[in-house]
Amino acid sequence: MILPELSTLIFSIVFLFLSLGKKKDSAALLAKPLSIIILGISLTGILANGELFSGAYRIDLFSQIFKAVIAYGFCLVIFMLDRQNEIEEAYFPEYIMFLGFSALGLMMLVSSVELISIVIALEVSSYSLYVIIPLRKGQATVQIEASVKYLFFGAISTGIMLFGMSYIYGIAKSTFLSDILKVLPGVMNQPIGVFALILTLTGFFFKLSLFPMHFWAPDIYEGASNTTTTFIATVPKIGAAALLIRMTMLASASGAQLVNILIVLAAVSMTLGNLVGLVQKDIKRLLAYSGIAHAGYLLMGVLALSKDGYAAAIYYITIYLFMNLACFYVLVLLSKDGKNVVLDDLVGLSRRAPLLAFTLAVGAFSLAGIPPTGGFTGKLFLFMSAFREGHLAIVIIGAVNTAISIFYYLNLVRMSYSKEAESADPIQLTFNEKALCYIFIFLVLYMGIVPFGLLDIFRLAV
Amino acid sequence: MMALHKYLIMNTLCYPILSIVIFLPLAGAILLLFMRGERSIKMTALITAAINFPLSLIIYSGFDIGTEKFQFGEFAPWIPAYNINYVLGIDGITIFLILLTTLLAPLCILCSWTAIERRVKEFMFCILIMETAMIGVFCALDFILFYVFWEAMLIPMYLLIAIWGGPNKDYASIKFFIYTLFGSVFLLVAIIAVYLTTGTFSIPDAMFRDYGFSFQLWVFLAFAIAFAIKVPMFPFHTWLPAAHTEAPTAGSVFLASVLLKMGTYGFLRFCLPITPKASVFFGPYMIALSVIGIIYGGFVCLSQTDMKKLIAYSSVAHMGFATLGIFSFTVFGWEGALLQMLNHGVTTGALFLCVGIVYERTHSREIYDNAGLGKIMPAYVGFFGLFSISSFAFPGTNNFVGELYVLIGIFSQSKLAGFFSIVGALLAAAYMLRLLKQIVWGREDKREIADMKAREVIYLLPLALFVVWMGLFPRPFVQVIEKTLMNLHSQMNIFLR
Repeated sequence: MILPELSTLIFSIVFLFLSLGKKKDSAALLAKPLSIIILGISLTGILANGELFSGAYRIDLFSQIFKAVIAYGFCLVIFMLDRQNEIEEAYFPEYIMFLGFSALGLMMLVSSVELISIVIALEVSSYSLYVIIPLRKGQATVQIEASVKYLFFGAISTGIMLFGMSYIYGIAKSTFLSDILKVLPGVMNQPIGVFALILTLTGFFFKLSLFPMHFWAPDIYEGASNTTTTFIATVPKIGAAALLIRMTMLASASGAQLVNILIVLAAVSMTLGNLVGLVQKDIKRLLAYSGIAHAGYLLMGVLALSKDGYAAAIYYITIYLFMNLACFYVLVLLSKDGKNVVLDDLVGLSRRAPLLAFTLAVGAFSLAGIPPTGGFTGKLFLFMSAFREGHLAIVIIGAVNTAISIFYYLNLVRMSYSKEAESADPIQLTFNEKALCYIFIFLVLYMGIVPFGLLDIFRLAV
Repeated sequence: MMALHKYLIMNTLCYPILSIVIFLPLAGAILLLFMRGERSIKMTALITAAINFPLSLIIYSGFDIGTEKFQFGEFAPWIPAYNINYVLGIDGITIFLILLTTLLAPLCILCSWTAIERRVKEFMFCILIMETAMIGVFCALDFILFYVFWEAMLIPMYLLIAIWGGPNKDYASIKFFIYTLFGSVFLLVAIIAVYLTTGTFSIPDAMFRDYGFSFQLWVFLAFAIAFAIKVPMFPFHTWLPAAHTEAPTAGSVFLASVLLKMGTYGFLRFCLPITPKASVFFGPYMIALSVIGIIYGGFVCLSQTDMKKLIAYSSVAHMGFATLGIFSFTVFGWEGALLQMLNHGVTTGALFLCVGIVYERTHSREIYDNAGLGKIMPAYVGFFGLFSISSFAFPGTNNFVGELYVLIGIFSQSKLAGFFSIVGALLAAAYMLRLLKQIVWGREDKREIADMKAREVIYLLPLALFVVWMGLFPRPFVQVIEKTLMNLHSQMNIFLR
């Protein structure tokens, strides 16, 4: 029943022992098959059902889907480590171990239906990240700064979340979500209910980098190594989105006040993210602001408080995982000696590595939401679910934002296609790297053109 | 599925002809990816596009002009959860637009034969993807399917300008993209609004329903922004000269001949049937904008020294006639608008091809550099002369017929608008004749410029034939579109009463 978690745990422990040994170079080789096994186990366990720890830990379709998506993202990130040149060889097994622990925490998070276990799972995932952010070779201080910032912001948001949870406990006299569900809708039109829930959600807003908990994202993306950023920017957001959906389900029908607040947060988040994104030069920072904007889009599905909306949100976070990974993978491959990639580095990319340029273009167009990519389909579902519940304003803001954001996404494509580089030394890709690029392109287009199967599963889950 | 038969005649051929015509270029494009060698790539692209044209003629020959329903229908569920389907079908409005697209695609490939020197594979790939998307837009009867094709067109078009464009390509391509995308997001919102009111994404299903007036106003405005940008109507036209000028010849031809038509097609297909009351309400404003576009376009053309820019601005004026016809709300006006769309597609496309031909020889688009070709390139000047007199609607050429219909339509509605559009038509004669005079007699000095090659004659000839045929004998064309438009007219009248 908890095989996905167990396998991830074993994965991490294997690397714990590897890190004690002397032979470090086998780590990457070992990690790939193991991560595929985790993915396989998560996929086969998708129909599992049950409860553990007297109801604090629930395994249902909802959690299992998220586990599979997390495992998928984790697996892809592990495969991206191929050309790792950013982390000291000596720390490499530990690095993988902590990635594993973080994924484990997230898997536990999506199954937790009790406040204390939610906090513990969230912290397991966060603490591992605190450790790996400073692991970056060849940089002076940025990575240290990033890790300190992440730690502080993380601690503060956890604090706020605990504060909110204490209110919820005060209202419901229980830490089990099922009990809270019975009481909370009754107080959702009172300040205390809204206050408690919003504060509790803050912890997940932080992970999602949603306004007003978005401050960390650009600096940490910039400071952490490319692969670490890839992980932080994608996989934890899935877990956060899952919990965001679980928690807002608590408010269900009586959430008018909550919805108003969420609408404001979503609107500010996407507008701020997109406007600041316009002027970014460092691509990781650009993607950080894009992530802030996308957290806003995602919230549109959540704030609909309807089955459709939740399904749309799950669909969106899944496609977000793939399109974001596609963009980051190009960065990882492009970066020289693990340095950050700026827009000017993309110049002439379509000459130097046509496949990379194409992968980046597919990812960027998908982030911008242009058909036939998955980003469009996901956004369409989000718009429809929010519109159906009558939130016209946020739909229009979202639409305008889509138009704004196209500029900087297009900039990525423009740099790589329409500018010519003076020196065009081609970038050689190995078979694995090519295959991974094709996988990303396939996934993004697949989710755009053939959304029905996945969408139906997601609708079953919520 | 049941409701479908009210407006859709399913395809009776034993093969899904519309899907084949739409996706054959896509298949060709994918095939290209696995090929090497410039020549074989060009040939494959050409053959794919060339096969597609006779295939689309099958549609034409099987087209039933006695019905107002959509024909050659195809249906398949796509995203059942949201009632999104893969529905195709064509009627009198779209049949010629599809033929125009399939005709122009091989010509575009031919005209790029030597003009495109680098990245031939990607270029042909983009052209074929464009063809798929453009035909798809005209065939789609489902809002989402329509929108997917509508937007999918942007990416290859953007790349065509951004990679193979002129010196200012960076600016032009990004302006084109952002401008059009800005319009489309409102289109998307309007589509969702209609969906939530009707519960269906089917376009014919959404037509002629009893929407509230204020709902119609908002939906109309959202539609109109998207389409007015695409047409482009004054004052949303600023992306057009830049994009036209910088795009490679094939890109300019696609832009002028097909992409602009999507705006007017949108007005006819969406605005009039879905929001009839709002269309009538905003009609005078749209007419005013069209007239301003016609006159403004004319005056700007008078002062151009760049051939491509001149033709680009003349598009603003010509498309003004099309929108003028649409918002005259008469069958004559609509027929004129449709003919005008077709004519503009052929004539302006041909003019861009002509500019491309001299550009390949002189590497300049300036009128002065290409002046005085009369003695040097007699065959070329012959074609150029035909297309330019057709462009200012000389009697006996295709544009004359279209403009005449539009003028009849608009005069029956508003004498003032009619008067101003006559002024615009005169301006057209002024700027086109000026251009023609310069190109033929403008310079005396002798230069060595080769006349047209056989390949170039081949791709101009069909267009020249069309110009004359349509100019002298427009009945077959009108016949095909008549029934659909009459039906639209009577339906609208029922609703406006």
